[in-house]
Amino acid sequence: MLKVEDVHVYYGAIHAIKGISLEVPQGQIVTLIGANGAGKTSTLNTICGLIKPKSGRITFEGKDITGMATPEIVKMGLTQVPEGRRIFANMPVYENLELGAFLNKNKKEVAEAMENVYTRFPRLRERKNQLAGSLSGGEQQMLAMGRALMSKPRLLLLDEPSMGLSPILVKEIFSIIKELNEQGTTILLVEQNAKMALSIAHRGYVVETGRIVLAGDAKELLESPEVKRAYLGG
Amino acid sequence: MEVFLQQLINGISLGSIYALIALGYTMVYGIVQLINFAHGDVYMVGAYLGFFATAILGWPFLPALLLSMVVCAILGMVIEKLAYTPLRNAPRIAALITAIGVSLFLEYGMMLLVTPQVRTFPQVLPEVQYKLLGNLVITNRQIIILVVTIALMLLLQYIVHKTKIGKAMRAVSHDKQAAQLMGINVNKTISATFAIGSALAAAAGVLVGIYYNAINPLMGIMPGLKAFVAAVLGGIGIIPGAMTGGFLLGIVEAMVSGYGKSLYRDPVAFVILIIILIVKPAGLFGKNVREKV
Repeated sequence: MLKVEDVHVYYGAIHAIKGISLEVPQGQIVTLIGANGAGKTSTLNTICGLIKPKSGRITFEGKDITGMATPEIVKMGLTQVPEGRRIFANMPVYENLELGAFLNKNKKEVAEAMENVYTRFPRLRERKNQLAGSLSGGEQQMLAMGRALMSKPRLLLLDEPSMGLSPILVKEIFSIIKELNEQGTTILLVEQNAKMALSIAHRGYVVETGRIVLAGDAKELLESPEVKRAYLGG
Repeated sequence: MEVFLQQLINGISLGSIYALIALGYTMVYGIVQLINFAHGDVYMVGAYLGFFATAILGWPFLPALLLSMVVCAILGMVIEKLAYTPLRNAPRIAALITAIGVSLFLEYGMMLLVTPQVRTFPQVLPEVQYKLLGNLVITNRQIIILVVTIALMLLLQYIVHKTKIGKAMRAVSHDKQAAQLMGINVNKTISATFAIGSALAAAAGVLVGIYYNAINPLMGIMPGLKAFVAAVLGGIGIIPGAMTGGFLLGIVEAMVSGYGKSLYRDPVAFVILIIILIVKPAGLFGKNVREKV
């Protein structure tokens, strides 16, 4: 469904991504794990068109989307829940959700999508008129995910959904991700919490300083000695 | 008491003008963090367009107002495209200096075009004076200024809060990347913000032409700076702040003039700027919104 081929990204003189290639097959959860600064977020942002790669090719459902503007890519059914949630803190919850469906002109469809989000995240319904900035961390993550779901993406990129959340909430968020996937959304998940990510993913890639150093079946990666030593603490 | 009430009426008229210009400053700052120092000159161009429509084409007030607003909206978008878009990722000082350059370009370009001579606005709306509570005077022009200003402010509030472009503007001003991930076209949204701000300045220009009758190519400098003070006073980037700041500054100035200190009119505005920057730099409406991370 998504194919990234030998992508290089520079920030000025810094060579941040040094030829990353990966593939996300339809219907799967693929995870990208690695330490801080490895290039995970840069990879996601390049896929979304927020950063332009210097070279390489990105295709989504067979179409070349390399260097395309982000709104065009979102329109095709690929969206991202950014790191740190990036919700619109000074707007109420319902307006955040409305913005998620910005490209959809059909009011009825938007209302339906919003109803679906409220059903999935009942907490958001309770707080729909509250300013998003006043929500708790977990609720903000739900809002960020709900907002992305408003555009009915076929491929959802998730950047560190567990960041700053308590273990119970992390579990809840991961079970929601799994559920979304079972209902048909393909997912590319970036995580520092490698154990959690690999436990729900089908495939995994390990990123280190801008390169993929390991790739394979998620269960195998979970057992591999390298991953165990570097990311799972033993 | 009578002087006070009379100056209150005059101050509200003057404040309307400041408020309309301040809105453009604040909206542009809110979305691209740029103090658009050419904004006062867009107001001047708006006044000349009003002059052109009424004196040369012989149009009545409302069509002239609309023409001026539409043309200035386009002018605002062109300025943004040519002067500011290429500097979107440059240091802020570069854009600020460019804004001053655009300002000078508009002032002296206009001089070249229409000569520096002061023009007299035609009497599109012959002045009618109404007496209130004995000796207070309010003119039909003052009423029109206030009515037009309030109508435009209501329209702006509607656009910002209820329409798609308004929601996009708020989203972009909060977080450009997140807005893009919603599918919002950031360039178009910034362009629309310049268009709306410039149209409001144009309206202020036409209203001033009708109120004071005289216009010249450098007329935008002082009101531009005053409107900037008004925007900072209310809290730069905050729309209700610009409205309130504009009215407040207009009233303060009218009071200073009314009590015989008209020479201090301009200094008072800038003293207000200095005080607000020392005491409450975020402005009257500014607050530090705490975000949980």
